[in-house]
Amino acid sequence: MTPFSYLRAADADTALQLAGVHARHPGAGHPGVEHPAAKYLGGGTNLVDLMRETIERPGTLVDVTGLSDRIAETGDANGNRGLLIGAAVRNTALAEHRLVRQRYPMLSRAIVSGASPQIRNMATVAGNILQRTRCAYFYDRAGSRCNKREPGQGCDAIDGFNRMHAILGASPACVATHPSDLCVALAALDATVHLSGADGERRLPFTELHRLPGDEPGRDTALEPGDLITAVELPALPLAANSAYRKVRDRSSYAFALVSVAAALSVENGTVTDVRLALGGVAHKPWRALTAEQALRGQPATEAAFRAAAAAELAAAQPLRDNGFKIELAQRTIVAVLGELAGHDRTGDGA
Amino acid sequence: MSIAVNGSAVKPPDDPRVSLLDLLRETLHLSGTKKGCDQGACGACTVLLDGQRVLSCLTLAVQCEGRSVTTVEGLGADGALHPLQHAFIEHDGFQCGYCTPGQICSAVGMIGELRRGVPSHVTADLAAGAIPHSREELRERMSGNLCRCGAHNGIIDAIAETYAETTHAEAAE
Repeated sequence: MTPFSYLRAADADTALQLAGVHARHPGAGHPGVEHPAAKYLGGGTNLVDLMRETIERPGTLVDVTGLSDRIAETGDANGNRGLLIGAAVRNTALAEHRLVRQRYPMLSRAIVSGASPQIRNMATVAGNILQRTRCAYFYDRAGSRCNKREPGQGCDAIDGFNRMHAILGASPACVATHPSDLCVALAALDATVHLSGADGERRLPFTELHRLPGDEPGRDTALEPGDLITAVELPALPLAANSAYRKVRDRSSYAFALVSVAAALSVENGTVTDVRLALGGVAHKPWRALTAEQALRGQPATEAAFRAAAAAELAAAQPLRDNGFKIELAQRTIVAVLGELAGHDRTGDGA
Repeated sequence: MSIAVNGSAVKPPDDPRVSLLDLLRETLHLSGTKKGCDQGACGACTVLLDGQRVLSCLTLAVQCEGRSVTTVEGLGADGALHPLQHAFIEHDGFQCGYCTPGQICSAVGMIGELRRGVPSHVTADLAAGAIPHSREELRERMSGNLCRCGAHNGIIDAIAETYAETTHAEAAE
């Protein structure tokens, strides 16, 4: 591990200060960040590992596990109730929270399908979101080329062993996938991220936080240097009470997804009135399936309609040598999860 | 501020790069906690931090200031074995023994989570107040601890026996 200074922050303002982030002077073009090499530390389950491999080499670590670990109910004048989740809430605490289980079951399900119990006890919500999009070649400093690790070096995954890699939204520069399960649920649930940085406080739709690799695979997110996630907000979303998360993987526990599906479905008189759908394991970011959602609204809640919507979403998929199976697997998993939420017979052979 | 390790105050390391695992083994010579993969994949380094099971290899020791760490050495009272340690012997819950301290610390943390009602991947009903201590639940909840000798069945037997009788009374609390 490369030497670093360790500092601890109990609130967002202190964290920004310790990370060397100053308010940007309007119109002055001031960079606003003194120490771009500073990083925020949550549970450390990804960052400490990457530092040990010297893939991440921050000069300063600002420990932000002292930020809010509260989960609070929000509400507007119309009685719509959402949840505000502090950045430092541990994954286990979020999964076990009564209101999350009741109102957003897909989120509890997604969390407990990820990593191991020990890691879920350590990992914070913000840390989970900001774990690196990565693949085995990213870790292999000694033997592999990786554009994410070393810009312009080349990618050994594209023509290598790429069974785990992306089928949607990849680029010639990078085919890695975002490994989080929690984030797939947040993408489906219309979550909003609360940020603090050189430009003050701002909010970002969760689905705009992570980015596709393009020709800058080193950038996993749209965040600016020094930006700090202070909270994640879930909106009131009544249909999320009927939601599910299904993860398909090589072993039944403690493995990354080959494909995962987060879905919420509302059906009235046999017609899909509303739906939320997101996929994991298929792209550089949690993949919100807007094409399939649009295809489903107003359609009969039948397996045929689910198949058509899944096919529309995966129409743009581009397989690599080893991961072509994911295209069919993703479609079947979507159909299976939607069928389950629609109350269809689960004993059939669908997926 | 110090770190409480098995009840004794310990000074945090000057170098923030030191993991909790290395502090325990190299500085405090508490070699019960094992270094397996050193990258969060095997669970051999599992300890209890403020009562919650965590991986000491991915925890920086400086992050534990003001907190309480319990290792396998701190589980038994007055030199006696913890009941779970007895049960591991009874049920052949190990062969080489390298993963055992992590398995035992993990199981102690696990049973707390189960009684608290933390759901797992195999919990059928998220709304249920009490979660059954089924074999399926125990297996899933211990999946972060690998045993390359393949003693998993004995490990689950030992855990099931140790915590079977207190299950209902404590779940009702």
